[in-house]
Amino acid sequence: MTQLRHADPLPPVTTPVAAPPEQPRTGWRARLSRAEVTWSPYLFIAPFFVIFAVFGLFPLVYTAWVSLHDWDISGAGAFVGLDNYVTLFNDPDFWNAVFNTLGMLVLATVPQLLMALVLASLLNQKLRGMTFLRMGVLLPIVTSVAAVGIVFSQIFDRDAGMVNGLLGLVNVDAVDWRADKWSSWTAIATMVNWRWTGYNALIYLAAMQAVPRDLYEAATVDGAGKVRQFWSITVPNIRPAILFTVIMSTIAGMQLFTEPLIFGQGGFAISGGSLRQFQTVSMYMFEKAFRDFDYGYGSAVAWMIFLLITLLGVVNFLVSRRSR
Amino acid sequence: MRRTHPLVYVTLLAGIVLSAFPLYWLFVVATRSNDVVGDWPPPLVPGPNLAENTGRLFEAEDANFALGLWNSLLSATVITVAVVFFSSLAGFAFAKLRFRGRNALLLVVLGTMMIPVQMGIIPLYMIMVELGWQNRMEAIIVPSLVSAFGVFLMRQYATQAIPDELIEAARIDGCGTFRVFWTVVLPGLRPGAAVLGLFTFMGAWNEFLWPLAVLEADNPTVQFSLSQLSTTYYTDYTLMFTGALVATVPLLLVFLAFGRQIIGGIMEGAVKA
Repeated sequence: MTQLRHADPLPPVTTPVAAPPEQPRTGWRARLSRAEVTWSPYLFIAPFFVIFAVFGLFPLVYTAWVSLHDWDISGAGAFVGLDNYVTLFNDPDFWNAVFNTLGMLVLATVPQLLMALVLASLLNQKLRGMTFLRMGVLLPIVTSVAAVGIVFSQIFDRDAGMVNGLLGLVNVDAVDWRADKWSSWTAIATMVNWRWTGYNALIYLAAMQAVPRDLYEAATVDGAGKVRQFWSITVPNIRPAILFTVIMSTIAGMQLFTEPLIFGQGGFAISGGSLRQFQTVSMYMFEKAFRDFDYGYGSAVAWMIFLLITLLGVVNFLVSRRSR
Repeated sequence: MRRTHPLVYVTLLAGIVLSAFPLYWLFVVATRSNDVVGDWPPPLVPGPNLAENTGRLFEAEDANFALGLWNSLLSATVITVAVVFFSSLAGFAFAKLRFRGRNALLLVVLGTMMIPVQMGIIPLYMIMVELGWQNRMEAIIVPSLVSAFGVFLMRQYATQAIPDELIEAARIDGCGTFRVFWTVVLPGLRPGAAVLGLFTFMGAWNEFLWPLAVLEADNPTVQFSLSQLSTTYYTDYTLMFTGALVATVPLLLVFLAFGRQIIGGIMEGAVKA
């Protein structure tokens, strides 16, 4: 590399007065600068890799090691092999939490993504006040997550809540939303749906705007109606965006924690109600590790959640490839 | 294009009302007193009790709301600055510098984006015990200083926003690689960095599971304080709602100031995803 002008404030140590003009190229300065060019990229990416390895990857892998031990707050006990997993497979509370998590995942993901599709297709036309409308649908994601839990817990309260008030108007008896699986799942899923529908709608909207206009024009000429166009042109063309949102919602849904915990209130918060009717797997892991201080068993739960998430990701991917 | 059907506007407005109403209700209850919250029909206009409720909020025992607010502001700010800086640095390297193993390392970054690192909190907690960082803000800040999503985002942004000639010119002027980054690349990355910064701040502000594990109630984050309120004062709706309101206002301000960029960021990211 030729150096035409030095912006370096340090004066060169060797001043090659009588030296031939090529000499600086092979001098220590040139070698230094070549080494700098070779090694600085690694230096630039090092902070990410070092911190991620220490505080992200290592704990995740070490979780598997801890799960093979009797391990509590006093430290590592005996190596017990797969004992924790054997116990886990026969643990009704764990499977109950898996069932609850999957139930809320379905109740929170399916309506959310369908509503987002409808919202996006409504937004995908010439409208007045475009920025206002987009900011309006995005308002929920700027609400603090615990605040969402607090507001909706009140709205779904048995005695003071607005939902029961509205149901009363059409002569439906008040529902004790916390008491049963289906009712509590509905209340919690409503929080998730409310918070994320607008965000997903914007992702779909961006994908829809990239669909070529002439596809629709040709379909109109062929006599296809709006609804037909939506299913035959829009949806197939935004498949990558749909896959992206399904995977992201699944990963987030499998880790659902804050909303049900706040919804629980009082003493039964971490167990998701007195009968564990809305305890998620993340809550169960937290209960085992940080309330019962059973690190070995908690790690087995964590590792199972990780495997479940991976499995669901693979299933999502395969299903989407099949239906192409 | 044909004129938009009025029904579209009606449906969209209904959608906006639904998405805004819980926030409005949050505000209304925070300005009311407890004896009217459960009334039917519900009180739908703000009342005069906001100042009194706010006073009670900051005096509420067990919640340590002021400290929680400060801890969250501090940690979210430090995390945001660090994530933006380290992500820009690494994103620039992946987008514009040549080095051995570049593609393989980029694949590693992409792979880690999908990993639910939250599942590693038990060993992470053990690390914090070793370091003596339990109940300290270091435990919240240090593990979040970098983000795979951030590196990927800035790499995408640098690829399209920074022309190679600009870097060549700076090199010819004798700039070292870091000087090139600092004086030429970083200013050009500013719009992408703004979007990443906003998302990082919101994410750090909403972090809940990890603070609940590693902090104690006497040194909480704001979400932790809110959960303390909802456990201890769960019949005192106006107190909880005032807390929820105060915890949302910083995010709301950020949103009102940078809403357009946030929307642009979501939509651009979606096209590339």
